[in-house]
Amino acid sequence: MTLDLDKALNSMKQQLAEYCQQHNLENPIVVGIHSGGVWVANEILNAVPTSEELATLDITFYRDDFTRAGLHPQVGHTNLPAIEDRHVILVDDVLMSGRTIRAAMNEIFDFGRPASITLAILFDLNSRELPIRADIVGEKLTLAENQRIKLSGPTPLSVSVMETH
Amino acid sequence: MMRSDPRALQLNEQGQLKHFLTLDGLSKDILTEILDRAESFLSMGEQSVKKVPLLRGKTVVNLFFENSTRTRTTFELAAKRLSADVINLNIATSATSKGESLLDTLQNLEAMQSDMFVVRHQDSGAPHFIAENCTPNVAIINAGDGRHAHPTQAMLDMLTIRRHKGQFEGLKVAIVGDILHSRVARSELHALKTLGVDDVRLVGPKTLVPEYFRDMGATICHDLKVGLDDVDVVVMLRLQKERMAGALLPSESEFYRLYGLTEETLAWAKPDAIVMHPGPINRGVEISSEVADSDRAVILDQVTNGIAVRMAVMSMAMSGQMQEQQAAGDED
Repeated sequence: MTLDLDKALNSMKQQLAEYCQQHNLENPIVVGIHSGGVWVANEILNAVPTSEELATLDITFYRDDFTRAGLHPQVGHTNLPAIEDRHVILVDDVLMSGRTIRAAMNEIFDFGRPASITLAILFDLNSRELPIRADIVGEKLTLAENQRIKLSGPTPLSVSVMETH
Repeated sequence: MMRSDPRALQLNEQGQLKHFLTLDGLSKDILTEILDRAESFLSMGEQSVKKVPLLRGKTVVNLFFENSTRTRTTFELAAKRLSADVINLNIATSATSKGESLLDTLQNLEAMQSDMFVVRHQDSGAPHFIAENCTPNVAIINAGDGRHAHPTQAMLDMLTIRRHKGQFEGLKVAIVGDILHSRVARSELHALKTLGVDDVRLVGPKTLVPEYFRDMGATICHDLKVGLDDVDVVVMLRLQKERMAGALLPSESEFYRLYGLTEETLAWAKPDAIVMHPGPINRGVEISSEVADSDRAVILDQVTNGIAVRMAVMSMAMSGQMQEQQAAGDED
């Protein structure tokens, strides 16, 4: 299977512009989740009507598998502006179980109470384990059980499907 | 009782921390990981809820056999900011004074399903003894043992140095004062050497600077001017009056005259040298008020950094413990 990265990114950008207009998202804060989400957010930032710089989130300390898997390696730093009463667009590369998004939202709320959170995802793998859906999806995919998406970046950004055995 | 090498005792099979007893034998990679993790906990200060859920549901017991308000408070805050439940036990005033043995006390705490003991003890090696002899599933953090080690203090000093100076290579560091009674100096020397500082000077009177530190790679100076010459970092140690038995010092004023850090003596160091002190400071004994209150002193940064470093060490040790228990569970 090959994936069309540009097509998915362009689709996201178009939807984002429309979504912000329809929902009156004024000067929203775009937040990328380390690492893949930050790369994707960088690509789509210019489609969002905002003067804010890209914000980043590292969810290492908010994961739900510490008891099972211990500390994950640190992938980046959380860098959020004041988010009280602001609209947030949360960006990640892949939506799988929804657990990353759960952790990300918990972390965001520890910084303040946003006016709204919109979820924008490059690839939705249709394998949710939590009631979390994306508002904006670049492309919906259904993978075989042994397949995983691998995003490499930040420049050039590329995507491939890996087979595990 | 059998005593194994503490350096091996504190790592699990994957080489991750599962206790934190001493810096002796820890690799540069592990020390750097502690500093990096601490750095990301520092940025948590911007959160309106200054807490992460990492150790939620874990019980941390502060076991202080010796008083230390600052260390205990910062360990307590660190545990609470990781969402752990914390109990403070001041053993000096509790069960042991009713005749209960150390092992009995510990077994009781273990039966309460504690996950981590933070241990401060006046005897060198006590945290190591506890890690080895009581509770295999409890992470032990050394919060200072006798004259042996104070590894979290040394690591918070390393974080403070890195944040002010950027890197360790090429730095010149002077540690001044009561080296003999200081567990900080020992841990500090290990950390500085491991992280790549070649020029570490221990400065003080002959009675308070033992010669054997030369074997650990330090230069020994009995003259403050030589010791401070061109250094980037000055670490002043507290004169430990309570540990000072016998005639090691002629008098406090004599010590201040020869080794006290004042604006005049600090001028021998680099113009941008920082001044650190593990606290509590004795003004007019090892450091003048002008220097302690100047912007060269980073003593309060050390306190802030101490919480972040303790959060890093606690979460890493708890992670290593859980990995090990997971592996043991898989074998069953």
